[in-house]
Amino acid sequence: MSDTPSHEHDHSHSHSHDHNNPDDPLYNSHGEHPYQPDSEDTPYEHHHVMAEAVGELLIDKGIITADELRGMIELIDSKSPAEGTRVIARAWTDPEFKARVMVNVNDAAQELGIDPGTIPIRAVENTDSVHNVIVCTLCSCYPRLLIGLPPDWYKSRSYRSRVVHEPRTVLKEFGTEISKETEVCVHDSTADLRYLVIPKRPDGTEGMSEDELAALVTRDSMIGVTTL
Amino acid sequence: MSTSYAVGDTVAVRQAYPPGHVRAPYFIRGKSGTVDQVVGNYKNPEELAYGRRDSERLTLYRVRFNQTDVWANYNGPAKDSIVIDIYENWLNPAEGA
Amino acid sequence: MVHRSHHDMGGLDAGPVDLDEHTQVHWEKRTDAIMRLVSDKKRQIITVDELRRGIEQIGPNVYDEMSYYERWITSVTNNLLEKGTITVDELGRKMSDVEARWQADGGTKA
Repeated sequence: MSDTPSHEHDHSHSHSHDHNNPDDPLYNSHGEHPYQPDSEDTPYEHHHVMAEAVGELLIDKGIITADELRGMIELIDSKSPAEGTRVIARAWTDPEFKARVMVNVNDAAQELGIDPGTIPIRAVENTDSVHNVIVCTLCSCYPRLLIGLPPDWYKSRSYRSRVVHEPRTVLKEFGTEISKETEVCVHDSTADLRYLVIPKRPDGTEGMSEDELAALVTRDSMIGVTTL
Repeated sequence: MSTSYAVGDTVAVRQAYPPGHVRAPYFIRGKSGTVDQVVGNYKNPEELAYGRRDSERLTLYRVRFNQTDVWANYNGPAKDSIVIDIYENWLNPAEGA
Repeated sequence: MVHRSHHDMGGLDAGPVDLDEHTQVHWEKRTDAIMRLVSDKKRQIITVDELRRGIEQIGPNVYDEMSYYERWITSVTNNLLEKGTITVDELGRKMSDVEARWQADGGTKA
């Protein structure tokens, strides 16, 4: 499989359109304004070229191998919320497992054959008395190796700025309203820890299998912006 | 500078505004909260950021704050809280509530 | 007037959260993968702290105009240059090569 993406882009027309298609190499992935081409009038986006060039140099120098690079991209692609949902489902059905999750998510996940990496992940549990929500105001720390890549909004200025000082307002934008009787607790992951929210198990799910329970858990509920 | 804190201790975040790689968010400096957890010892990210990989280890704490103590116009109930991971060098002892 | 870094945004006001998401495109995955490899235990060329600091140093206006992975590749590259892992000369030549190759592969130019 060729490592070179195909990207014809005809610059003979004016640049009044947005580059909002993710397959467009000129796509501006935060979508807030259309990408402005370099003044050199190259059709190839500068950072796209940089990423290609840096990878090739590192391979040329034997610092990484092409296989390692391919393998790492595959690993990134393989991660999704699914492994996190399995941890949640098991925690809901097995109180002793949940107790171990509350101490150390990484070790507990290993019991299920999941490798969430070495960066420590800690669980925070939603209950009737507290609803937890996670942010990294300084950058975008997130338990990637357990639940995949963070959504764009998690990394956005709006979320990072506002969820710490008006969490209930932000939660409403996700369609989530937490009762005034329940504490909202925001966790800002500023250091070497990552956080996983254990959502409250929905009512009416007694007797469901772990697979069925895992299928109920969403990425957003593990960040804490939604409930199930 | 090395005070050790225990869970339940009241601590205040140092009020300093250096440029550079700082991991104590601006909004929490000068605020007081309670130690929620003693996490462990890690190298100082503020030094690692400049390639100084032999930096001494500092104790990392999780500190819980009342939102109404952090924000002048907090629009939620008084029970709401925020927990932040803060290194010992950003903390001073504070008077208990 | 105290210093507040541009990236240190907790507590500021901002517009509503945009819930649109994009799937990571190839060069972004490549950037992510490169960073994970150069910072792994085997290589430890860059730490995640250095990556973050490099992003923070980009400069406020450019920080906001760049996308997330544009900031990443900028920081990774600057860090590699600072450490002498790659040189500016090599990088410039390689980037020109890449562009020439892609053009030859069928891209069009205005």
